[in-house]
Amino acid sequence: MSTFILLTITGLGLGAMYFLIASGLSLIYGLMGVLNFAHGAFLTVGAYATWWTSTHVGGGPGAKLLVGAIVGLAVGALLAALVELVLIRPLYERHIEQVLVTVGLALVLSALVEAIWGFDARQFPVPDWLIDTTTIFGANIPNDRFLEIATAVLVFLGLTAFLRYTRYGLIVRAGVENRAMVTALGIDVRKSFTLVFAIGGLAAALAGVLSGVYFGAVDPGRGTSLLIFAFIVVVIGGFGSIGGTAIAAVVVGLVQQYANYYASSGLGDLAVVLLLALVLLARPGGLAPKVAH
Amino acid sequence: MALIEVRDLHVHLGESHVLQGVSFEVPEGGVTALLGRNGVGKTTTLRALMGLVPRRGRVSLAGAELTRLPTHRIVQRGVGYVPEDRDVFAGLSVDENLRIAERNGSPRYELVYELFPELKTRGAQKAGTLSGGQQQMVAIARALLNENSVLLVDEPTKGLAPLLVTEVAAALERAAELATVLLVEQNLAVVARVAQQVVVLDGGRVVHAGGAKELLGDPERVRALLGVHGGGH
Repeated sequence: MSTFILLTITGLGLGAMYFLIASGLSLIYGLMGVLNFAHGAFLTVGAYATWWTSTHVGGGPGAKLLVGAIVGLAVGALLAALVELVLIRPLYERHIEQVLVTVGLALVLSALVEAIWGFDARQFPVPDWLIDTTTIFGANIPNDRFLEIATAVLVFLGLTAFLRYTRYGLIVRAGVENRAMVTALGIDVRKSFTLVFAIGGLAAALAGVLSGVYFGAVDPGRGTSLLIFAFIVVVIGGFGSIGGTAIAAVVVGLVQQYANYYASSGLGDLAVVLLLALVLLARPGGLAPKVAH
Repeated sequence: MALIEVRDLHVHLGESHVLQGVSFEVPEGGVTALLGRNGVGKTTTLRALMGLVPRRGRVSLAGAELTRLPTHRIVQRGVGYVPEDRDVFAGLSVDENLRIAERNGSPRYELVYELFPELKTRGAQKAGTLSGGQQQMVAIARALLNENSVLLVDEPTKGLAPLLVTEVAAALERAAELATVLLVEQNLAVVARVAQQVVVLDGGRVVHAGGAKELLGDPERVRALLGVHGGGH
């Protein structure tokens, strides 16, 4: 029983990270039709900015992590907004070129991080209370899992409130359905594009911070490895749906953990791909296709 | 003086040269109907005026050039648009569909609810669950919510039951009291009821422009230009 609880909470923690990356990816594709292969790079850059800042400020690991995370999130959001303004905006409706640019950007940013900070993993500032465990029904759960889950829940609630109760949220939800009609109502939908990119970059950077806490270190390939699962989550959840993305992230995180333990170590990734195939056969548009909610 | 001037408008969609030098004028006030057989470029003309398709030529509103402006700027100049297939946001409620259309601090909800009282009672309902007629009300209401000098309305009665056609025609008449309307419409009875001017397209060009009564009162001419028994009587 304790093993099952540990696996479940760890799976939820992993799902929380997938959700943070996938939510931005999903909104960006849903609103703009942009398959952003550079999204993982936002995570990596955000994580490295957090780590670098933490090595240059004083205080204990908790303070270092907090200050570093604030800088990391700001860098992730700014980088994403800049990418949208400079590289993506001139290429709207040119999908092949967008893919080429975002793939190229992902490679460039990854190479840049390697060139500046090297290939080796860098140790993340993780306070002791996050490394400690809490016992639940006999299972010793690392506290960072709760932080990851709580953060993802807060981001989910925040994004849901943004989409439901703000004018920009209304524009994003409408734009996911019919971008041309939004402009035909006199709205400059490009401002929403930049905002959604920035929100996506911020959430990805947050995933970068939490992955640093989860793994205790950050390395140049982190964003790329997590991006693959984020894409699977987005496809399963349905492009443009925050609710669908959240459900898919939880399911993928849990399936991966359970399969790794109960079937065979390393089988988790295969189980996730099988799950993707099953969902695509049953519901080709994903769980909640093309409506931002 | 013409409120809208269209000069030598060309639109290519893929391999097809849809508009081949369309030129016409829309006088200020009332309803001008844009007529023609299926596929002659009526909807494309409205979409070109809105900047929703790449176009070449000159379009001006009250003397100001629109051709170089993006769609949202054209709308902000006072151009409302009711698209052919309504294009309501299916996942948004009726209230949200109206709220997103607000462009200034004083949206005309009183007018909208006076014309379409049903929209008030269905405010919380998802627009995708409305009937075709109710969706058309939402589409027209979005354009009427703001003070526009021009309304471009594309086949508002398409697929509607006769009772709803009458309701939509009444709304168009009311709209014409507030703004100049350029209307694409296949139902000649509606055209006869609301329009004062007509422009007829064929093969991507204007083949006739003049008074609505004169054209619709000449069945031979209607049959020759539109391929239907006309008159709208």
